[in-house]
Amino acid sequence: MSTTRPPSTLSAARAVLYKELTLERRAPQTLTAMALFCASTFVIFHFALGRNEVEGAIASGVLWVTLTLAALLGIGRSFVADREEGGLDGFLLAPAPRTALLVAKATTLLIFLLIVGFFASVIFSVLLLGPTPKASQWASLALLILLADLGIALVGTLIAGIAIQTRARDLITSILALPLLIPLLIAVTKASEPLLSVGGGTLAWRWLALLGLYDLIFGLLAYALFDYLVED
Amino acid sequence: MASTEPAVVCSGLVRRYGERRALDGIDLTLGQGQTLVVFGPNGAGKTTLLRVLATLLRPSDGEASLLGSDLRKEGWKVRSQIGFLGHQSLCYGDLTARENLRYHARLHGVEDPAARIEALLEQTGLSDRGDERVFGYSRGMLQRLAICRAVLHEPQLLLLDEPRSNLDPAAVEQVEPLIGAAAGRTRVIASHDPAGGLAEADLVLGLRDGATILLEPAEQVTTEQIGELYR
Repeated sequence: MSTTRPPSTLSAARAVLYKELTLERRAPQTLTAMALFCASTFVIFHFALGRNEVEGAIASGVLWVTLTLAALLGIGRSFVADREEGGLDGFLLAPAPRTALLVAKATTLLIFLLIVGFFASVIFSVLLLGPTPKASQWASLALLILLADLGIALVGTLIAGIAIQTRARDLITSILALPLLIPLLIAVTKASEPLLSVGGGTLAWRWLALLGLYDLIFGLLAYALFDYLVED
Repeated sequence: MASTEPAVVCSGLVRRYGERRALDGIDLTLGQGQTLVVFGPNGAGKTTLLRVLATLLRPSDGEASLLGSDLRKEGWKVRSQIGFLGHQSLCYGDLTARENLRYHARLHGVEDPAARIEALLEQTGLSDRGDERVFGYSRGMLQRLAICRAVLHEPQLLLLDEPRSNLDPAAVEQVEPLIGAAAGRTRVIASHDPAGGLAEADLVLGLRDGATILLEPAEQVTTEQIGELYR
């Protein structure tokens, strides 16, 4: 006779995260779609802008618009397997804290965004970026990608949690996520601009602080609301 | 918890989907270790009742309690005591049977999950194919796996929606010790099989359009009465 003890948030989150990564490893749909989207969009920008190289504000805009739209693909798919195969019910039937699902889903999305962010930065620097950033500028860019991706992952998981309960879930994701991501996009494009300029600049800390504040606010909001969103 | 406490109590239980009342004032009391079989045509509210009792849907009105806990306020308390088998297996097609069960065992905090999983796979005849991805399973195999998932954490209360559908006679025998009367658990079963359902019922509930048409001890109910529900 086996006994049971309700799992902690961390233990349940690890179980969900392992399941999510295993599913993506077995059928790599989300990462592949996001990466292909980024590569295609850079090619489209290359021809649409009529330039071989971009720098500064335009470079920053192209990079972050592409990454944000790619993120929408990931957000839209984050509960697909759970919806189609009843996995959400499977989770809700367990005595696991609902926060574990938020933590696991946001972490999964963050991992995907970081992988795609790395891939996209390399492709972008080869295909479009004029100036070659120094090592310190790449490090600053990496920090920006981490903070921005964390915010996108939190907002994305929150929106996906709302969307899964509605019939127009595909529309809801884009309609709700983009307006909420505007402050993040402004901060990260402004912060990236000097790093992608000819001659190179330094990171403006106020934009970095704004990104950190955005992450904190949406982290708290997601924590407070997620239980109510996924339960009936 | 006192052993005389009812396992399931519903009082004026209502569940609405928009304007439609999928459950319309259900009253019932089921003792521990007893079996309630719910009959009714498609759309009568059987699945909704099971989903409310499983804490997957909130009651819109009225009261429902399981093992002494109010489902509106303390649903979290009883989840570890509920085994739910619905129309979906709640298993992921791209995971193997063992991986699916391991995942659910971790969510339920099952101690020594490996031994429990192997015992269940052996019991249901899935042991040899436990490392195959579930999307290649037949419907019968998927149903057996879903039963393993539902009883994995040894719940006191089983909520079973047509549990023997898609199972051949041999498979029905295999799963009997897990979900049959011999398991000694309180059971709420949705069924379309008047004779089979009546044979294992202590209490019979007949639903139509969400309302109670029949609620009687099984020995006072005939298969003809159940058949009437479908006309």
